[in-house]
Amino acid sequence: MKGLRQTEVLVIGGGPAGLSASLEAASLGCQVTLVDSDLALGGQLIKQTHKFFGSKDERAGTRGFKISEILLEELDGYKDRVKVHMNCTATGFYREDGVVSCVIGEDEYFRIKPGKIVMATGAQERLLPFPNNHLPGVYGAGAVQTLMNVYGVAPGKRVLMVGAGNIGLIVSYQLMQAGVEIAGIVEAMDRVGGYWVHAAKVRRMGVPIYLRHTIKEALGDRVIAGAMIQEIDDKFQPVGKEIQVDADIICMAVGLTPTCELLWQAGCEMVFVPQLCGHVAQRDLFMRTSHPDIWVAGDAAGIEEASAAMVEGRIAGVGVARSLGKGDSSEHSKRLEEYRRRLADLRGGEVGQKICQGLECCTVNEWGV
Amino acid sequence: MNEKEKLFNSGVLVETRKGAVEPPVDLWQNKKNGLVIIECPQRIPCNPCHTSCPTGAVKPFRDINDQPEIDYEKCTGCARCVAVCPGLACFVVDLTWGDEDTALMKLPYEMLPVPEEGKSVDCLNRVGEPISRGKVVKVLEPMHDRTMVVHVEVPRSKVMEIRTIRVVR
Repeated sequence: MKGLRQTEVLVIGGGPAGLSASLEAASLGCQVTLVDSDLALGGQLIKQTHKFFGSKDERAGTRGFKISEILLEELDGYKDRVKVHMNCTATGFYREDGVVSCVIGEDEYFRIKPGKIVMATGAQERLLPFPNNHLPGVYGAGAVQTLMNVYGVAPGKRVLMVGAGNIGLIVSYQLMQAGVEIAGIVEAMDRVGGYWVHAAKVRRMGVPIYLRHTIKEALGDRVIAGAMIQEIDDKFQPVGKEIQVDADIICMAVGLTPTCELLWQAGCEMVFVPQLCGHVAQRDLFMRTSHPDIWVAGDAAGIEEASAAMVEGRIAGVGVARSLGKGDSSEHSKRLEEYRRRLADLRGGEVGQKICQGLECCTVNEWGV
Repeated sequence: MNEKEKLFNSGVLVETRKGAVEPPVDLWQNKKNGLVIIECPQRIPCNPCHTSCPTGAVKPFRDINDQPEIDYEKCTGCARCVAVCPGLACFVVDLTWGDEDTALMKLPYEMLPVPEEGKSVDCLNRVGEPISRGKVVKVLEPMHDRTMVVHVEVPRSKVMEIRTIRVVR
């Protein structure tokens, strides 16, 4: 085992939040180490072929993977200050000395002692239990996007999508762009959870959306051949007749939950917030957790859109720089004011209301020092 | 939940509402190059239709989550918003095109194959039913970003139903 490494700032996760946090901290003069478990930086952005919403500040109208390229170009300007480790998983946080253990690939292990940490570990997909869900052909939406948009492989010929949130709607649209048929989209609620315009895009191409329906069981002998779906009532109990849908892929897009193991390990105060889709760390307006050396940003802080994750990352970046005494305080205030305004704008819509309710349950103004 | 609500809640516009209105007919029928129809009835944080509009026809947003409002007097039917809108929710309809039974629609399109000029295509309504044929007049890629703006000649009586096309192989 090699000796203990040092860094001023360790950013864990190189998706939209982690990249933004690294850039912001570096721009204020911090030395940053960025670790990401994937083979390419950008997180989920690299799979997003649709145009993003938001304003010019969030690069509205630009496709997600382009936004990733723009962030990586920006990162290139800080080569002297940002050290990147790819294929590198942060495996543990040790509370007694604040050391983080990391492993590159499967055998190169190292320990690093950061001054400050930004946890930008993203999210994990949820799945639904149903009979035969072990059969080959049941995918998470993330895997479908990886196959299709990273590796250029169509996952199948005809897909039943489960979940009409933004991910279910967008991945359905992307599958159609790849020439894959969508048999239908099943949604348990009485309206689509994603943006209405995303639903309109797939509806006008003839895709049925079954509101208040659930998947009852997958059909097939050795591989998926279809599914039985059924209407559900207010208590999510099946009612009405079953509908058989032919499909060779069942794609699950039933939500995400924050990846927060390292935050638990660090002893951060955690709270279960349904609106943010799971356990999240208590944080202040600088995205600092109850642990004085740990910040959080992006989906790890609560499930939201990538545009919000990028702004949260920027705020966390200013937060760590500020606490390290990097950059001057008027610059910090100026940037924070701007980023907080942008976040408030992004959260002002119908979907944002829920986020704001959730944030009220886990946000303090500023931790006492 | 009645049938109308059910349709709307699944992404199908069933009647005009805030953020999804029809242009005023008097102005519309004589407006060369057409007027925009935006179908964006939900408050979401998005404003490129306004920021990209060269004439200020999509009015300034007080809040980025506002539904778009249109000053039709200023709309030139340029279809910049059609090319830019991330939600593919903008459509331009030119009622002055061709004879009295035809109109020209400028529709956003991101599927393959790319339609070919002069070819006949299926015109689909908001639930994807083919309701007429149309003739592709022009295919543009205004922002050079893979979102096509397809000019299609369609039956004038169907302009409030047709919302996309399908290439017939």
